[in-house]
Amino acid sequence: MLINGFLLLGAALFSLGVYGLLVRRNAVLILLSVELMVAAVNINFVALDRFLGDDLAGGQVFALFSIAVAAAEVGIGLAIILLVFRNRQSANVDELDLMRL
Amino acid sequence: MSLLAALSTEVPLLLAAATEEGGHAELGDGGGLAAAAWLIPLVPMVAAFVIALFGKHFPYRGWDIATAVMGFEAVYGTFLLIAHLARPIAYEGAIEIARIGSFPIEWGWVVDGLSIMMYFVVGVVGFFVFLYAKGYMEGDIRYTWFFASFTLFAGGMLVLVSAPNLIQLIVGWELVGVASWLLIGHYWEDHANSSAAIKAFLTNKVADVGLFIGAIILALSVGSFRFSDILHAVEEGVPALAQFAFWAGLAVFIGAMGKSGQFPLHVWLPDAMAGPTPVSALMHAATMVTAGIYLVARLFPLYLTEGFADEVRSVIIIIGALTLFLTGLIALVQDDIKRVLAYSTLSQLGYMMAALGAGAYTAALFHLFTHAFFKALLFLGAGSVIHAVHSNNMSDMGGLRKYMPWTFRTFVIGALALAGIAPLAGFFSKDEILASFRYAGSAESGFSAAQGGAGLANIVLVLGIAAAFVTAFYMARAVFLTFFGEYKGHGHPHESPAVMWIPLVGLAVGSAFAGFLNVPGVTEFFTELVGGRAVPVLDHHAESFDVVVVVLGLAAALLGIFFGYRIWYPDKATQAERDRFHVRGLYPLLENKYYIDDLYFDGIIRPIRGPVAAGVNWFNGHVIDFVVNGAGFLARGLGKLVYAFDQNAVDGAINASGAFTGGWGELLRKVQTGRVQQYATMIVAGTVLLVAGIVIAGII
Repeated sequence: MLINGFLLLGAALFSLGVYGLLVRRNAVLILLSVELMVAAVNINFVALDRFLGDDLAGGQVFALFSIAVAAAEVGIGLAIILLVFRNRQSANVDELDLMRL
Repeated sequence: MSLLAALSTEVPLLLAAATEEGGHAELGDGGGLAAAAWLIPLVPMVAAFVIALFGKHFPYRGWDIATAVMGFEAVYGTFLLIAHLARPIAYEGAIEIARIGSFPIEWGWVVDGLSIMMYFVVGVVGFFVFLYAKGYMEGDIRYTWFFASFTLFAGGMLVLVSAPNLIQLIVGWELVGVASWLLIGHYWEDHANSSAAIKAFLTNKVADVGLFIGAIILALSVGSFRFSDILHAVEEGVPALAQFAFWAGLAVFIGAMGKSGQFPLHVWLPDAMAGPTPVSALMHAATMVTAGIYLVARLFPLYLTEGFADEVRSVIIIIGALTLFLTGLIALVQDDIKRVLAYSTLSQLGYMMAALGAGAYTAALFHLFTHAFFKALLFLGAGSVIHAVHSNNMSDMGGLRKYMPWTFRTFVIGALALAGIAPLAGFFSKDEILASFRYAGSAESGFSAAQGGAGLANIVLVLGIAAAFVTAFYMARAVFLTFFGEYKGHGHPHESPAVMWIPLVGLAVGSAFAGFLNVPGVTEFFTELVGGRAVPVLDHHAESFDVVVVVLGLAAALLGIFFGYRIWYPDKATQAERDRFHVRGLYPLLENKYYIDDLYFDGIIRPIRGPVAAGVNWFNGHVIDFVVNGAGFLARGLGKLVYAFDQNAVDGAINASGAFTGGWGELLRKVQTGRVQQYATMIVAGTVLLVAGIVIAGII
């Protein structure tokens, strides 16, 4: 079975996520980029699970865990962004610099 | 009562083995009354501290507790006295509290004739004096404190009297010394008073060295501090004790000389008049000066038994005779009424000591007993007069008979008793002492030359009769100068309050009737009282009056009063001239108290003080100053060093750490931009670098 295609897809997707994380200014889109990185990791989990032929299918189970955690994280993230937007009428991360020294 | 009973059964009881001694088969142990006698010394000691700490909060500011305690002592003493007369008691209780080598250190209480007599005297006289002190000390600045130390004074004496061993006796001895120091110096604001207190204390200390040495010799040669063991050793003729008994007896007697004011250690007693008058009364009657007599009487078998300390008696009788004669004369030239009485006390103590020297145990103690009453009475009477005229000097008194009837009457009773006029107390006891001198001077007494000898006893008898004349003479002088003639002071004298004159009446009754306790051939209560001891004291017991002595003694006293009357009875023109007893050659000697104080000061204190002061000055100037300056110099140098270290090393380190932190902070604060994506970039870059490094290094 060709594992390389899946790994390349994961790497491409992860890089895309990193790129989005670094260049986007909108907090919603940054969150979206993070989701892309999580999805890339999940692809690697499933692909390597199949490649290694684990009897207990640990990689697939762990991918499900990861999806659940990502869903929760997105819920909290969106809630924070919503509150920030309500308070400041903006979701631009460059303007969220209150923690600067 | 249950607690009391429990205590008295738990302690080891050292019941005197009465049946073993011949002649005292009927001695009892006194039952619960004697077993609980530990209360006698304990109650006043506790009360003294209670008064000192809480006395101010009581309705009468401490006087009430003090007097209640003395009332308790008087009642207890009386009960014991009655019980003893019904059936003689000889009891000893003791609790071991420590142990030094083979010597147990015990706290105990001895209840026998001798100690019961002292309990009674201290209790009864003390009670009257405490009662009186309420009026006398009214308005005093240290009222409560006075009663605390006064109670301690009486308590110390009771510790001394109740002691069944030498250690406890010394404890009581020193307690009395400390309390007397506190009381003589009660008005310490006046330098003379604090000096008098220190003089009394130090003079006693000199004598105490003798007592300590004597106690050590006795304890080492007998193997016990207990009086009963020492006296049993005397009875059995233990050679280890006999070998050193002379020196032990002499050393103990030197201790007794100090407390009982025997010549030449008497100098502290007249100066002790600096204390309040109730203190003088108690000190001279019951609690302090009697301690020396008591001590010699307690160890009397040691002094009486041939082969032991019997040869010390020659010293005792000489010292006693010198004291009784010489100090009496000084009283003639004193203007201060209290000093007249003080010298009179010395003279009477001389009688007691000389009687002990002559082997007359009962006579000496009987005089102690009667003297306690009339001397306390005289002092309290003098205090009442002083209270009225605000002066101690008889040259400020006179004519007080009209103003102070009760004081006058009681004072005259006391004076007559002291002079030895029949049938007052002093007559019987002084007569007994003089008779004992005469007996000692007779062939049948067996008073050997080494013990003093018949010739010496006869000289002492003459001196004793002469001193009886002197006693009557100076007491007549005191009475006439104080109560007769014109009033020479200022202000308006008045009778003292009832709380002061009622005790005078009480003591006057004692002074009048105490003598009947021991009339030769008629009553012998007192002989039975003080003879009721575990170790019997075998002194001569007169069956009838010695007519020669009675006649001579009474004649001397009457002659003294007659001369006193002729010289000092009011004669206005020459009163001032006759206030003093002028005899060419003798007067300056008496006025200067035989120069003994000067001798001590110029002969002992000054020669020692000069070089000591110079030596101390040199030591101070050279050694101590050198050390102090050196220490200062060192401290300064060290200080400079520490300062430099502090400024440079410590401050440098702190500043450097501050600068280090500040510098790095300045550098790192630029990284903290607050831009989330910059942080994310750093994280990604860091991760990439890490992974690249791991891959390049070929770890995975």
